[in-house]
Amino acid sequence: MKSWARLRMVLGRVGQALPALFGVIVVTFILTRALPGDPAVYFAGPAADEASIQQIREALGLDRPLYEQFVYYLGDLASGNLGVSISTGQPVLEELARRLPASLELTLGALLLSLAIAIPMGVLAATNPGRPIDHICRVIATAGVSLPTFFTGIALVFVFYYLLGWSPAPIGRLDFAYLSPPPITGFYTIDALLDGDPETAMAAAGQLLLPMITLALFTLAPIARMTRGAMLQALGSDFIRTAKAAGLSQRVILIRYAFRNAMLPVITTLGMVFSFTLGANVLVEKVFAWPGIGSFAVDALVVSDYAAVQGFVLTMAMLFVLLNLLIDIAYTLIDPRIEANG
Amino acid sequence: MKTSSLPLISVQNLTVEFGTREGPVTAVRDVSFDLARGETLGIVGESGSGKSVTSFALMGILDANGQVAQGEMTYSGIDLRRASPRQMRDIRGREISMIFQNPRSALNPIRKVGLQIEDILREHAVAVGGHARRQAVELLDRVRIRDPEKRYHAYPHELSGGMCQRVVIALALACKPRVLIADEPTTGLDVTTQKTIMDLIRDLATEQGLSTILITHDLGLAANYCGRIVVMKRGEVVEAAPVDVLFGAPRHPYTRALIEATPRRSGTVRALLPPDDFRHGQPDPKPRCRALSAPLLTVEGLTKEFGAEGSGFGWLPWRKGVETDKAFRAVDDLSFELHAGESLGLVGESGCGKSTTSMMIMRLLDPTQGSVRLDGEEISAIPSSKFARHPARAKLQFVFQDPTDSLNPRFTAARCISDPILRLGKLEGGKAVKARVEELADLVNLPLELLSRFPHQLSGGQKARVGIARAVALNPSLLILDEPTAALDVSVQAVVLNLLADLRAQLGMSYLFVSHDLNVVRLLCERVVVMRAGIIVEEGATDQVMTTPKTAYTRELLASSPEPPPTLGALEAAE
Repeated sequence: MKSWARLRMVLGRVGQALPALFGVIVVTFILTRALPGDPAVYFAGPAADEASIQQIREALGLDRPLYEQFVYYLGDLASGNLGVSISTGQPVLEELARRLPASLELTLGALLLSLAIAIPMGVLAATNPGRPIDHICRVIATAGVSLPTFFTGIALVFVFYYLLGWSPAPIGRLDFAYLSPPPITGFYTIDALLDGDPETAMAAAGQLLLPMITLALFTLAPIARMTRGAMLQALGSDFIRTAKAAGLSQRVILIRYAFRNAMLPVITTLGMVFSFTLGANVLVEKVFAWPGIGSFAVDALVVSDYAAVQGFVLTMAMLFVLLNLLIDIAYTLIDPRIEANG
Repeated sequence: MKTSSLPLISVQNLTVEFGTREGPVTAVRDVSFDLARGETLGIVGESGSGKSVTSFALMGILDANGQVAQGEMTYSGIDLRRASPRQMRDIRGREISMIFQNPRSALNPIRKVGLQIEDILREHAVAVGGHARRQAVELLDRVRIRDPEKRYHAYPHELSGGMCQRVVIALALACKPRVLIADEPTTGLDVTTQKTIMDLIRDLATEQGLSTILITHDLGLAANYCGRIVVMKRGEVVEAAPVDVLFGAPRHPYTRALIEATPRRSGTVRALLPPDDFRHGQPDPKPRCRALSAPLLTVEGLTKEFGAEGSGFGWLPWRKGVETDKAFRAVDDLSFELHAGESLGLVGESGCGKSTTSMMIMRLLDPTQGSVRLDGEEISAIPSSKFARHPARAKLQFVFQDPTDSLNPRFTAARCISDPILRLGKLEGGKAVKARVEELADLVNLPLELLSRFPHQLSGGQKARVGIARAVALNPSLLILDEPTAALDVSVQAVVLNLLADLRAQLGMSYLFVSHDLNVVRLLCERVVVMRAGIIVEEGATDQVMTTPKTAYTRELLASSPEPPPTLGALEAAE
């Protein structure tokens, strides 16, 4: 009965994400139409005359009314046709499919690392407010967020690759000495492990480490601050006093009563943190020659590769919608207070 | 085994200090009391009296900045002040338990209540595994929760306040402690719920041979359930005596004032004031009654439904005809009249629709049906969004329950009071407005030097006065008072109620007094309307309703509100 209601709620959330996805598609469509310049002229090349431009315009369907173009656009999207990138000559979809796992591996890895550091840091700070440990956490978090990622990235490369030589050269996902593992998840470290090749996995992890740390440092601050605040609030609430008065041990109070409640607002901020991690990704990918979609998009933008840019915007927007959907669902499942129609 | 004459809990010269930015503040000074086996001790005091801090110190759960500076506390011979944290943890919950105010927030909001009980059983190794679960269900059953198997899986937000308090009691009694400290266990609950909860605590205490400390601001409540009462004021014990001695011959003037200020079933508004107030013995101020005139406010067939509009997706073709949430009738076909100069009490428990009614009359909510006429003018048709600028708005004013939340924290007292004058008044120029604000401050006995202060720099009673001054600023003909004293201490309540009685006599306003407490409403209103579940159960002259209630519900309501024993003075007067 109850789990039914929960499932209905989850499905409801999924349903609510559909209009957002449709909105994303409309916006990308309008965006490409609003960009300056006539694509037909662009495609026809500099030597084309009026007649050949007109011909291309008809061939591309650009002479049709806007709604008809939109229907074609939807049809193309449904069949996975995002056009061809003029800078690489490859279909945009293939290009994105190849690069997206690289970006996701980096971003998710960084986020996990950041959570693993920031949450204990926030809890420590909250349980010792005003004490030295609180101030140390604050300093670390503030330093992390105030240094621009390209600077931290270069500094890390300088120290750990150039000076100490502990880290491999920042030349992408895998050193040339290794073959990339068979694509299963698209994440090199995981694929190599699945393939039973720990050596390649280690090499991939080594490549991943520095850019991951760079990004993680940047996202430390918001998560740590949020955890600290939420934890302080939870620890100050009445039910903690009840738990104390009932003689529950410090560990149970801290973890089962305070921490679980404090995680709710932290989960909400995760969506936001993820979005700006993806933003910061673009620079980090450039510094570490990481073959992700961020560096691809920057290259495409520089050479006015509209199909590629459009594909990128579409992918990112979908990613945001899906991620927020996941967070919403997680929240619905964790917090019993969310009502069926709330 | 020690002799039974030895107190179970003994507190000697306890002093508690809190470290603040301005240096240490003493919250409790030199407090001593004993709790004998099987005894029920009441600790009574107003806010800031240190009664809760005393109990927190006893339990060793003071906030991090608080510490016991002096004194001794023993439980059955164990030195509580010097016990190790490990020892204290074993004592808490197993030997001494505590229940709190705000039962809903006293429970972990995202954990099933049954599991919360189990946590405590496991912690004290009273029960493990499936046994713990069975015992948790048993405990829920013992605190008279119906269907305990099902309630085991409930989250706090799915239970009513009274139910939550039962769960908290189950938590507290899970490990069969010997002492129960109840800190304002029924504040914020309805009077009928209060009675069932207090009776439950008393019965369980007798069953299990518990000694109880009841901490409350309500002298009447303490008198009904305790054998002995300790009265505290500003961190010190002013008097400790058995109930009949305390009420029969209070020794301390503060105790006397507190006893006088507690509203009863009879007595005047003036009698609430402390005996040394010159108005104490005077007759109540007489309202300028014009009951024969045309009705000032006529409410006819007023109805409010919530949730009737559906989920907002009703326009979608596939949602057509889909059964949305059943409309909930908060107010159902309500009709009454209020004459000029008259005061009407609207009484009922939470959820009875009294506040919804007052909001509809105030035009803050749109009624689903029915009419509201003010001075013959139909105002229910004016949309609530437009009513703020309507000329009739000035005739209607509102005094809110929470004196703090109803004042803009960034406005000074003077700015708060002048707000309606600037919006709706006809006064021109800063001088005229300032003069009017000062006149109003005088009217509500607010010292003029307080006018430049912000709400957080004022006491609860002063904030209540600012709220009242603001409400009377435009000389309204009807003042709606929504539990205006519910958040105030009884001594402050006494002063505010007297102020309201005086204002009515001076300005000839009508009051619509919304409250859960018949004993308070009685003091200001000639007529009362008793509401339950959106409808009127009983209506009539206050005296008649109080003395010869016609319906069972009114009788229950009256029987539930605790009546303090008569004072010696009252006994003498009766002879």
